[in-house]
Amino acid sequence: MWEQIRANQIRSVILVVAMGALLILIGYFLGVAVLDSTIAGLVIAIGIWLVMSLIAFFRGDSIFLALSRARKIKRDDHPRLYNIVEEMKIASGLEKMPDIYIIDDPALNAFATGRSPERASVAVTSGLLQKLNRDELQGVIAHEIAHVKNRDVLLMSMCGVLLGTIVILAFFATRMLFFGAIFGGRRSSSAGGGQAQLIILAIGIAFMILAPIFAYLIYFAISRKREYLADATSALYTRYPEGLASALEKLGGSKAELKSANKATAPMYIINPFRKKGRAAADLTSTHPPISERVRILRSMAGGAAFADYENAYRQVHKRGKGVISPAAVASVGAVGLRAAEPEAARREPEPSKVERTREVSDLMWRLNDYKTINCGCGTKLKVPPKFKGTRVKCPHCGRIHSV
Amino acid sequence: MIAVYIIIGVVVVLIIILWATYNGLVRLRNQVKNAWAQIDVQLKRRHDLIPNLVETVRGYMRHERETLEAVTNARNLAQKAVGGGVGAQSKAEGELSGALSRLLVVVENYPDLKANQNFLALQEELTSTENKISFSRQFYNDSVLKYNNKTQMFPSNVIAGMTGFRASEFFEVEVAAEKEAPKVGFS
Repeated sequence: MWEQIRANQIRSVILVVAMGALLILIGYFLGVAVLDSTIAGLVIAIGIWLVMSLIAFFRGDSIFLALSRARKIKRDDHPRLYNIVEEMKIASGLEKMPDIYIIDDPALNAFATGRSPERASVAVTSGLLQKLNRDELQGVIAHEIAHVKNRDVLLMSMCGVLLGTIVILAFFATRMLFFGAIFGGRRSSSAGGGQAQLIILAIGIAFMILAPIFAYLIYFAISRKREYLADATSALYTRYPEGLASALEKLGGSKAELKSANKATAPMYIINPFRKKGRAAADLTSTHPPISERVRILRSMAGGAAFADYENAYRQVHKRGKGVISPAAVASVGAVGLRAAEPEAARREPEPSKVERTREVSDLMWRLNDYKTINCGCGTKLKVPPKFKGTRVKCPHCGRIHSV
Repeated sequence: MIAVYIIIGVVVVLIIILWATYNGLVRLRNQVKNAWAQIDVQLKRRHDLIPNLVETVRGYMRHERETLEAVTNARNLAQKAVGGGVGAQSKAEGELSGALSRLLVVVENYPDLKANQNFLALQEELTSTENKISFSRQFYNDSVLKYNNKTQMFPSNVIAGMTGFRASEFFEVEVAAEKEAPKVGFS
């Protein structure tokens, strides 16, 4: 397993190094143009980055889960989801069972977090649980577990911190330069050096404005690459690319936006939580590859579920020679067949219908919000709010009295 | 003098390669063992679920005594095969899978049973256990493939041969019952 991840990370590492170089350059310009000391600029830049990295490394997952208002669930809360996560844990060879969280939101989305495979969490929205069937949910969970297994979570949060630092520094530096140029004039008044100072100042300002843009583009490029890899790994784990493909189709068709997502956390989700109009021009500035393309690649995996098959499918869809998965990774996974057609009835049968799924999830959400449920003899389920102080409650349908 | 340094350098590099290869082999062998243990856990879970399932179903299925008996027998045989080697065990488990899927097909004819909450929960457990078995088998076979490649391919095969690493057996399912979809008669 390690070979493929390492091989895949080489390209990502190059991009991360490029971002690091941007950070150091920003620190340098900050030092030269604003603080009059190169060292001070570098120290500030690296200091901010270090503090933010440490926070992200040790507390990142809990902060992220809290920000997205995710609630942890136990096995009995939703046995099917728990089972599916466990199945993918087994398929991926993960050593520890990831924690499972639910976000109460009708939007269809999911993410994984946790800095290492030993400390991983998977979160799905309640909308996802309602709309997807077992195979589709399995594909999505496999995609998330793939992010954990490929160490994408760590990579993306570290990149996110780099990006954040660059944006913050550039924001303050441009303003300081700007006001410094208007009110200060300390340096430009010194004789002789004025011309050279002015040029450096101009370059500095231009750089400060461009750096965050470059950083964003690099960040998005890394993110897109990891999405393809996670899709390929999901197909490999489930041996069933159609599951993820049809899930992505449903995700793409849904119009609801995730309320608790923001721009910085967007790359963590399985699909971009923000829907944009006019996607054509947004290719470079998108955290995820277009859904239609991801679906087409997955559906073109005719021969098998190995990385080589994903690579072929990608080439087929893109009609150009360059692939997305490094040759070393492709070679590390041998030929892998698709899931054998299992006895139809045995597979299809335990599937709860959409209505049952919806009821299941809404019951779960009531329970998670500390509502008590009373089953009335007439078939009604009474939900008693946690604030309810009385001891008796009357069924609105049949009028029977229940004690709380 | 230079020759001595070169020899020392070569020896050091060789030791490092030996060390890394040996550790890699140990890691893969442990992974294979671990994966096998995982299969065992899931198979045991399946064996534990079946008596429960048969009990729940029996009341509804008056006319399917043979199917139920086949499941119970296959389960008992599979339980006996535990620890009897990879080959014997995979054969017995294959038979059990076949018997189980026949039972689940027959369930289609009993709408009352399909409305039973207890049965639905059991069925989810059983489906998931079946999935977990096949996923753990998949992971086991992937691990065996990697381990076997390492023990058989040059240069790691030299070290594997010297330190006694043997190739492992795949968990194959070569039972007709599991491969062909069962026939269902709705008449």
